[in-house]
Amino acid sequence: MAHFVKKKSNTQPAISTASLPDIVFMLLFFFMVITKMRDSELMIKTEVPQASELTKLEKKSLVNFIFIGRPVDKYKDLYGTKPRIQLGDKFAEPEDIPLFLEQHRLTVSEGERNQIITSMKIDSDVTMGIVGDVKTALRKAGQLKLNYSAHYRERTK
Amino acid sequence: MASKRNRMSNEINAGSMADIAFLLLIFFLVTTTISEDKGVLVKLPPWSDEPPEAIKLNTRNIYSVLVNSNNQLLVRGEPMNIKDLKNNTKNFIANPQHMENMAEDPTKALISIRNDRGTKYGTYLEVYNELKAAYNELYEEAAMKKFGKGMDDLSSVQQKEIKDAYPLVISEAEATSFGEEK
Repeated sequence: MAHFVKKKSNTQPAISTASLPDIVFMLLFFFMVITKMRDSELMIKTEVPQASELTKLEKKSLVNFIFIGRPVDKYKDLYGTKPRIQLGDKFAEPEDIPLFLEQHRLTVSEGERNQIITSMKIDSDVTMGIVGDVKTALRKAGQLKLNYSAHYRERTK
Repeated sequence: MASKRNRMSNEINAGSMADIAFLLLIFFLVTTTISEDKGVLVKLPPWSDEPPEAIKLNTRNIYSVLVNSNNQLLVRGEPMNIKDLKNNTKNFIANPQHMENMAEDPTKALISIRNDRGTKYGTYLEVYNELKAAYNELYEEAAMKKFGKGMDDLSSVQQKEIKDAYPLVISEAEATSFGEEK
């Protein structure tokens, strides 16, 4: 018995690490492909509400984002606490929306332009006044597909 | 001998490759945000400068939901708790008891929402969600009754057939502005 144990410990081979770089590279490429760098810092709080009837947005390139919420603490002194719109990385007014939509539209191929969806990430604490203004601006700009971003919850009984 | 040694030393040492790859991997791991965007999909009516034509509709077919700036609901003239909204809406659309004051037929039913500029967005979306949930549940029930399957298992033609029987018409009136945030 003792002899057997001794023999085993002597000949135990080291695990080959030669394929380790390959595995790591595979993981690396996977994360490189799915990574989307956060392109804009959010200057407002957007805690979206919960809803049960959700649709998944499939194609990221066909979606543009409008954020509405109250400025975070860092910007409260400068911008107050009233709800604000954020387009890209700066504060905006409803009048800026047509230009913003047009800029996004240009990045989309012509055949897919009628499938563009505007995703609105709106804080649940915001009042509807500013949301209504944005909706009117979207309608005037001819952007009629709208998505109210929300977290999933169970349907009520 | 010398030349052989020279060639040996020219070979790049790949031992640190794993370390470099790990470093990059950790960087991408940290910066990755697998964000799945989901939400309630809505189609807005096209804008027109002229006020919409008044269409005469039988009041029994209209399900009006008003939300005031205190986030309270007034449904067909009666206050309602948001928890009861979905089942009430279903009852209104399907009208299983053929009540006089509810929709004649699901195809004629129309839902009208009106909110105030001071209504909380959270409440507004909840109302919209409940109304949509009412329709989705009706779809499921109709699919079960007609085809014996859930909505997801049906072909697109069958799905369309069901959806055409219960057309989702939500009309949104211009918001009132009694409780606008100062």
